[in-house]
Amino acid sequence: MTPLLSVQGITKHYGAHIGCADVSFDLYPGEVMGIVGESGSGKSTLLNCMAGHLVPDAGQVVFDTRADGPKDTVTMSEPERRMLGRTDWAFVHQHARDGLRMGVSAGGNVGERLMAVGERHYGDIRGKATDWLERVEIDAARVDDRPTTFSGGMQQRLQIARNLVTGPRLVFMDEPTGGLDVSVQARLLDLLRGLVRDMGLSAIIVTHDLAVVRLLADRLMVMKSGRVVEAGLTDQVLDDPQHAYSQLLVSSVLQV
Amino acid sequence: MTDYNFAYLDEQTKRMIRRAILKGLAIPGYQVPFASREMPMPYGWGTGGVQVSAAVLTPDDTFKVIDQGADDTTNAVSIRSFFERTAGVETTTATTEASVIQTRHRIPEEPLTEDQILVYQVPIPEPLRFLEPRESETRKMHSLEEYGLMHVKLYEDISRHGHIATSYAYPVKVEGRYVMDPSPIPKFDNPKLSDMAAIQLFGAGREQRIYALPPYTQVVSLDFEDHPFEASKADHLCGLCDATDSYLDEVIMDDQGGRMFVCSDTDYCEARRAAGHKGKDAA
Repeated sequence: MTPLLSVQGITKHYGAHIGCADVSFDLYPGEVMGIVGESGSGKSTLLNCMAGHLVPDAGQVVFDTRADGPKDTVTMSEPERRMLGRTDWAFVHQHARDGLRMGVSAGGNVGERLMAVGERHYGDIRGKATDWLERVEIDAARVDDRPTTFSGGMQQRLQIARNLVTGPRLVFMDEPTGGLDVSVQARLLDLLRGLVRDMGLSAIIVTHDLAVVRLLADRLMVMKSGRVVEAGLTDQVLDDPQHAYSQLLVSSVLQV
Repeated sequence: MTDYNFAYLDEQTKRMIRRAILKGLAIPGYQVPFASREMPMPYGWGTGGVQVSAAVLTPDDTFKVIDQGADDTTNAVSIRSFFERTAGVETTTATTEASVIQTRHRIPEEPLTEDQILVYQVPIPEPLRFLEPRESETRKMHSLEEYGLMHVKLYEDISRHGHIATSYAYPVKVEGRYVMDPSPIPKFDNPKLSDMAAIQLFGAGREQRIYALPPYTQVVSLDFEDHPFEASKADHLCGLCDATDSYLDEVIMDDQGGRMFVCSDTDYCEARRAAGHKGKDAA
């Protein structure tokens, strides 16, 4: 089986600082990979390098494209990479405001990706937007409301709908539950888990919340100071952490 | 003549602007940056159009200026007298006699010919400006032909008003490539942009951009399959000349609700009245 995404030796320096160093892994279709680590450990740098938002100093990000098979997205042309960014890839930002157009109605936000890939039938676009709002548990009657009138949890769900409407195969998520209260987090996680299973999505989730990866991720990488210190099946890493830092991380979770 | 160089600008500046115009004509709809000069009038009064006119005028030209279709409003009168003084060219109000027409917000009703140049004053040349504020990003969107966002604006219009409510500065696609802001002309005028015999030049002074449409360029107004583009106008006759086919201004006559509709193109209206047409409000 060809991996959907194959990352080899990704390295990114910020001047003398290491952003992330020599990260390699394969992600197979339908698999969810979690990346955990403390603030500044290079999780987001790695995610941005993979999603094409940052140019890595070294390494390859090979994506199994629909048309041409495996292709290095770092060296592919910019139009191609941006096309991937609005079709086969999705990126869920930590702050919904970064991923939404706040001045545009919910329906317009969801429809934007459809229009970007050439849909020109208003009725169809609106139909799909309404359908997706319902799938992320937003009342279809709010299709014409702006995201500014939505709560934080709704904004995050709207961002997810907007990203998934074109049926991507790979979703990058940067702390999707950050900044939400715990009950809203739980509902969002439930929703995400359902969507990932139903659509057979592959996902890479960056978070510092171990509960999130326990629920969503099949495999887990632990990062520290820009390097991967431990990787394996999620339950295995969380139940029997080997590296000193992973042990610290697991033992720092508050038990109630 | 006066102490000014012909048409106010110095020759090097005119060369620079002509180069930008030629580049614009070579890439229809593409916004060419140019070093816009300080003009003796405020931004927003047509400094871009004036610079383009100055660069294309020759001493043999006949010049016409219209503002919202009218030859006799402040803006039109002052720009016309500006070029009378600095270039000494003939000026006219008759569309058919002019070789260079500078316009704000309208295209003349009279079809233009291959011997004419139409110069538009443009306040904001970037059609994506209010959707994507970053200029670096909009330039990239133009170069990669990523125009989905333009339809988001039209989508918002329909979702809010039930139809495409954008009635001026209606975005167009040029020769299937660049999306262009046609300057704030009413969408009634959009069909005239396409396949026009005259050269169309667009100058934005404050934004320092020039773009152009060569003669007989295909210009298509953006729309949805189920909400097609419609060139709309007030559903009335001209009160003075009885015209059915011209774009109308609504004029409030009193505080009793009295109003009349008149052609916004004054030259067209006058020519029709001279030919004996008479509307219901004509004295």
